[in-house]
Amino acid sequence: MSELTLTVMRLGFLAVLWLFVIVAVQVIRSDLFGTKVNQRTARRAAAPAAAGAGPGGPARPPQQASGPPTQGGRRRGGPTQLVVVQGSLAGTTVALQGQTITLGRAHDSTIVLDDDYASSRHARIYPDQTGQWTVEDLGSTNGTYLDRQRLTTPTPLQPGMPIRIGRTVIELRK
Amino acid sequence: MSTFDLSSSQTGGEEPRRRRRENTTITPQGAPNRRNTELVLLAFAVVVPMLAYANVGLAMDGKLPSGMLAYGLGMGVLALVAHLVLRRFAPYADPLLLPLATLLNGLGLVMIWRLDKAGSLLRNNFEAASNQLMWSALGVALFIGVVLVLKDHRILQRYTYISMVVALVLLAAPAFFPSRAEDFGAKIWIRFGSFSIQPGEFAKIILTVFFSGYLMVKRDALALASRRFMGMYLPRGRDLGPIIVVWLLSILILVFETDLGSSFLFFGLFVVMLYVATERTSWIVFGLLMSISGAALVATSEPHVKTRIDAWLDPMAAFAPKPPANSTEQIGQTLMAFGSGGTTGTGLGQGRSWLIQFAAKSDFILGSFGEELGLTGLMAIFLLYGLIVQRGLRTAIAARDPFGKLLAVGLSSAFALQVFVVAGGVTGLIPLTGMTMPFLAQGGSSLVANWALIAILLKISDSARRPAAEPAPTTTVDGATEQTRGALA
Repeated sequence: MSELTLTVMRLGFLAVLWLFVIVAVQVIRSDLFGTKVNQRTARRAAAPAAAGAGPGGPARPPQQASGPPTQGGRRRGGPTQLVVVQGSLAGTTVALQGQTITLGRAHDSTIVLDDDYASSRHARIYPDQTGQWTVEDLGSTNGTYLDRQRLTTPTPLQPGMPIRIGRTVIELRK
Repeated sequence: MSTFDLSSSQTGGEEPRRRRRENTTITPQGAPNRRNTELVLLAFAVVVPMLAYANVGLAMDGKLPSGMLAYGLGMGVLALVAHLVLRRFAPYADPLLLPLATLLNGLGLVMIWRLDKAGSLLRNNFEAASNQLMWSALGVALFIGVVLVLKDHRILQRYTYISMVVALVLLAAPAFFPSRAEDFGAKIWIRFGSFSIQPGEFAKIILTVFFSGYLMVKRDALALASRRFMGMYLPRGRDLGPIIVVWLLSILILVFETDLGSSFLFFGLFVVMLYVATERTSWIVFGLLMSISGAALVATSEPHVKTRIDAWLDPMAAFAPKPPANSTEQIGQTLMAFGSGGTTGTGLGQGRSWLIQFAAKSDFILGSFGEELGLTGLMAIFLLYGLIVQRGLRTAIAARDPFGKLLAVGLSSAFALQVFVVAGGVTGLIPLTGMTMPFLAQGGSSLVANWALIAILLKISDSARRPAAEPAPTTTVDGATEQTRGALA
């Protein structure tokens, strides 16, 4: 074997070894899991779409702009997202896909409330048997308020009704 | 009310996905099933040692080695079987652990084969590569066995105290077997005829099971019932009990079996797990103080340990014109091998590995790697170990149950400590201790035990990354709702 071949092999092997390490690190990068946060990049594009989709418009529900709820745009079909309107998480939305949404300071909640007045397992919002979205207080210390009423039993939710937990206000939107 | 029926097709499918892209949304995202990634990486991990094998053959004989196909097929089949078992029985397990272990095992095999070829230049040389391949097969068999039998890692929790007893028996056993001259002072083997095992390697895993089970139950007492003193939390006397017992135990191992590495490993493991379970820095301070005092005590009284420390303080003393009594040239030789390797190494098969005369295939195999692959290759190997440890700790973070968390932390830190003890000893950072480099070094027990360790980590990661089961539909029956509420509150 010539000296050159051996040198090429030696460096080539080191390169392959490092390539493996780099590929492994790339796999770790693509393997991140946990909670995915997407920024609202298309907000401005979505707003005209919401204006365009009137009652009886196309089959898809109107896009929700970040402003106050557009009560006029109500039509048949359930709410599709839960929006945090006030509080430190204002602007956050969660897509409603039939899953139970838990609210509280506990880090495994769907929405982790960073709010001094929230309990660790504060409330949950879930579709009941008929698919009606319902809010239930989970025995929190400071209570969950729907409009001005403190919740005592699971209460059905309509889109646009403000749910207040401490300083945070959330509501369902179409 | 069908008005709010969300399970209808209207909101399913494309629509929510598009919506999610357009707004700030938070969606719980499960870990994907990564078996295909694993398969690709596994193929890569079999190809890299094959390249090394070809490289050694070309450099030493000028032709491709004749056994290349057999070794390649052997490693490939082992890896493939392990992969298929994971695909069937642990589909969500971590994609990196198996390829990393396979690569390290393969590299070790190639290096042992290369040292076999050094022939009689190497002291006490005998053909070890085929043996090591057989042990690898056994290791993978145990790996598969663990994946199949261990349905859920929480089952191990039931055997907390049994595993303590088993671990103690395994640790104590070698002391009752006659020692032999070629054991170099450390009594860590059990021999049946020509067959020998090193029970300490298995005790490492079993002891971790005990520590996890014990600390899971006791961690609140250890963390909360303490007095604050000078900014540190001092544990109560009775809570100090277990740590003192483990400390005494590791000192006893050190004295009776003169096994510096194991005693460091077990004590370090216990301190790490105590810290993780209680989040109290005081345990680390206590642990360090106790291990330093214990080591100092033994170092002054035990001649075998004292020799090791002298060799660490002055590795080149043995090469002096008048070497002091009991001096050893092992560390000095390895340091010279590292130096001769330089940054990119001499190339596989082109080093002078026979100049490392003692345990070149087992404890000092890093020296051969350092010489032939250089600093660049050695760093890559350390990174591979680091990635295994990282995946283990990541598994611990993702695990949902405290026992699984502690077990994953314990297993990966035991692995990390072992790598540190060996690498630190060989490079002269800490006194040399007789331990084997996981996966790389020759030695059946170590290889088999580490494959089992990887299997347990994979099982934990499978349960940690498995997506949560669909929530049960909420019932309107009052009793059931009450129950749910009670569970959630």
